[in-house]
Amino acid sequence: MLAALLVVSSLLVVLLPNVVHGAMALIAALLIISIFFVMLQAPMVGVLQVLVYAGAIMVLFLFVIMFLNPAPPPRGGAWLGFSVLLALLLGGGLAATLTKTEITGDPVAATDLFGSPEMLAKSLFGDFVLPFEIASVLLLVAIVGAVVLAKRER
Amino acid sequence: MVASDPGVATYDLLRWIPLIPLLGSVINAFLGQSLGRRNAGLLGCAAVAASLAIAGYVFFQLPPAGIFRDPIYTWFESGAFKVNLSLQTDALTSVMLLIVTGIGFLIHVYSLGYMGHDEGMVRFFVYLNLFIFFMLLLVMADNLILLFVGWEGVGLCSYLLIGFWYEDPNNTIAGNKAFIVNRIGDFGFLLGIFLLVTELGRQGIWTLDFAELQKHVQMLRPASIGLITLLLFAGATGKSAQIPLFVWLPDAMAGPTPVSALIHAATMVTAGVYMTARLHFLFALSPATLSLIAWIGAATAFLAATIALTQNDIKKVLAYSTVSQLGYMFLAVGVGAFSAAIFHVFTHAFFKACLFLGAGSVIHALSGEQNMRKMGGLKPYMPRTYWTYVIATLAIAGIPFTAGFFSKDLILWQAFSRGAIFLWAIGLITAGMTAFYMFRQLFMVFHGECRAEPHAKAHLHESPSVMTLPLVGLAIGSIFSGWLGAPEYLWGSVWDRWLQPMFGAAEHHGEAGTEIMVTLLTLAVIAAGIYWAYLKYGKAGAQIAEESENVFYRLSLNKYYIDELYDGVVVRPFTACSRFLAQIVDPWVIDGTVNGIAALARGLGWVTRGLQTGNVQHYLAGFLLGTLALVAYYIGQL
Amino acid sequence: MVPLNYYLILSAIVFAIGVVGVLARRNLIVILMSIELMLNAVNLTFIAFSRFLGSMEGQVAVFFVMAVAAAEAVIGLAIIISVFRQRQSLDPEEMQLLKW
Repeated sequence: MLAALLVVSSLLVVLLPNVVHGAMALIAALLIISIFFVMLQAPMVGVLQVLVYAGAIMVLFLFVIMFLNPAPPPRGGAWLGFSVLLALLLGGGLAATLTKTEITGDPVAATDLFGSPEMLAKSLFGDFVLPFEIASVLLLVAIVGAVVLAKRER
Repeated sequence: MVASDPGVATYDLLRWIPLIPLLGSVINAFLGQSLGRRNAGLLGCAAVAASLAIAGYVFFQLPPAGIFRDPIYTWFESGAFKVNLSLQTDALTSVMLLIVTGIGFLIHVYSLGYMGHDEGMVRFFVYLNLFIFFMLLLVMADNLILLFVGWEGVGLCSYLLIGFWYEDPNNTIAGNKAFIVNRIGDFGFLLGIFLLVTELGRQGIWTLDFAELQKHVQMLRPASIGLITLLLFAGATGKSAQIPLFVWLPDAMAGPTPVSALIHAATMVTAGVYMTARLHFLFALSPATLSLIAWIGAATAFLAATIALTQNDIKKVLAYSTVSQLGYMFLAVGVGAFSAAIFHVFTHAFFKACLFLGAGSVIHALSGEQNMRKMGGLKPYMPRTYWTYVIATLAIAGIPFTAGFFSKDLILWQAFSRGAIFLWAIGLITAGMTAFYMFRQLFMVFHGECRAEPHAKAHLHESPSVMTLPLVGLAIGSIFSGWLGAPEYLWGSVWDRWLQPMFGAAEHHGEAGTEIMVTLLTLAVIAAGIYWAYLKYGKAGAQIAEESENVFYRLSLNKYYIDELYDGVVVRPFTACSRFLAQIVDPWVIDGTVNGIAALARGLGWVTRGLQTGNVQHYLAGFLLGTLALVAYYIGQL
Repeated sequence: MVPLNYYLILSAIVFAIGVVGVLARRNLIVILMSIELMLNAVNLTFIAFSRFLGSMEGQVAVFFVMAVAAAEAVIGLAIIISVFRQRQSLDPEEMQLLKW
């Protein structure tokens, strides 16, 4: 039923006319996903999801929404049917592709530490230290870019 | 070349023979105007004189059956196929060299006088020297391709010189006609060359050197030899004015008379005969082609002679006479008597050039009149011209002990003794006609009363020495050149012995007795022709008849309407076809296709432009479609 | 234990919903939010696989996806602000300067 909730809130994100309501729905969806993460023995990532995604990013979204205060969007349904069709095809295809795996049984026995911060840190700073550093540069660039782009023209 | 071939030696001197006239031409082309007309002319004459001197020297150096070679450089190579710019001189070439440079020199000297008052005299000598260069290249060529270069070159010079007085459009039309008709023949010639190269290539031989050809020609299939020789002969019909491509030669008389003498009597038109003689080993392998050549030669000789019977223009008579004599040469080739054919080239060059230059002298004296009906009684005014003309006329008619007697009779005897009786008969009748129309001309021009226009009559004068001396030289040649080829029952043929290594021993069919009988028969026919001409035109008091309404007369006078026939059958359909292509196919089909493709591209562009909506979501939809395709592919893979 | 396939199917459904949002809405911010939805669906897939294969690499991947998603959301919003200042509108249908 969590899954059902997730689907519902995603639909709400996409379908609600009011942007702010849509943002709320997105937050709900993110939180549900975070629960899924914890269920799947990835507690660290789950927490990160709440902190970063649901926390920082969505707050940013809300700031911008309220800053811009746009008018309600006009009715533009010409593409709706078509895109639904495409999306269904895509979803179907993906599902068909993805479920052709052989892994259906019990998961590999996981240690207690699986998914914990220690394990994550070990991977990050061990095997993936270069992407880690580059990710930090990326964030720096994003900050600079955002500041430049959004500056008010004097 | 190499010592392995005895009698073949390298001789650097050879290249100067064609080169000096070329230099003369180039110098006159660039510096002629500043040199002045007289000096430019002298330079031109000097160039040919130098060539003549070297050619004479080479002639005396040449051992019997010897060949001199001058390989200059490799012109091009394509795979194994190699074509050299390389000259050779053997017995045949050395004779042709003397003819071209010797008679060429005399005509150059004559032109100093004839063209002396002409504005374009410098240009004339440029072209004339250029012609000598190409003709020398033709006869000295070591391989078929270089020969063809000379072949084309003389065709070009012929065009330039026929249309020399270009301000009159009729002259340019005549020049065009000559060039185009020649081109048709050349097309056949080229096809022959291509076929020859292909067929030889099949055997692994990739060269067109005459020496190599002679060695390997046995390897070709008979069918292809037949076709090749036929095509090559097609080229010869164009260049040497045989049926069906002779129509340009009478029109070529539009050019200045020295041109008619040099190019259209003595040298260029004999190139076809030379080519068949040079390739005699190839033609000898195709009896069918040789037979065709003989028949065409005989038919041309006969036809041209019938036309010459009624012509009123002094040069046209000589033009048709040339076509007729060329027919004799090909008749000789066709029955296999190559040496006799070249002998007739040799003698014909002398007396025909003499006749043309004499005609030029007459035209010059009458301030440009060319219609024989307006001539007559010129003998007292132009003695030197008259007597040289008489000698040349005797020669062409074939009076005993003139050059024409020996060469023409040789041809007739060869035809008779090899069994070609019908051909011989045609030649015999033609000889009679030749005598008739030449003496008709002699009587009409020089005897009787003077029918010239008053203004021409007033200025009547003998030509200057610079013009009459060459006439004398040529007249002497018209007698004694023939003495080199006397029949066995007289004092034997130096000529035959000279050319024997090339063409094989002179064949002796039949006995001397029969030969004498044939000769006497010929003389009888000739005498009949002369007598009839005397009756109609020469007797004192004989009136020049008005143009007859007789149908044969009309046919002959209008050259059997062959030009009109060609015009209707070939030229008009061709022009109509060209017009169709130019006005319909070109704009509608070709341009239409090209423009249509452009329009198609524009249309496609217009349609696909619709994809560029500027709306990002539309672009993303396209993105998604692509992704779907990938997903579908992966599903298919699984 | 919920079989892996269920997670995968769920993830596919959410992704598809996100696609609909991107293609069919006429508000730039909603489009951006739909993109975030798609990214999260993918994250779900990663974590699911990570769990069922016992490998930490899936989680590391999610970590990076989140970092990148953050950066991208920031820049996207900055652009939206910029565009709004120019055109006073957030309707992609009105942004057609690239039209032929």
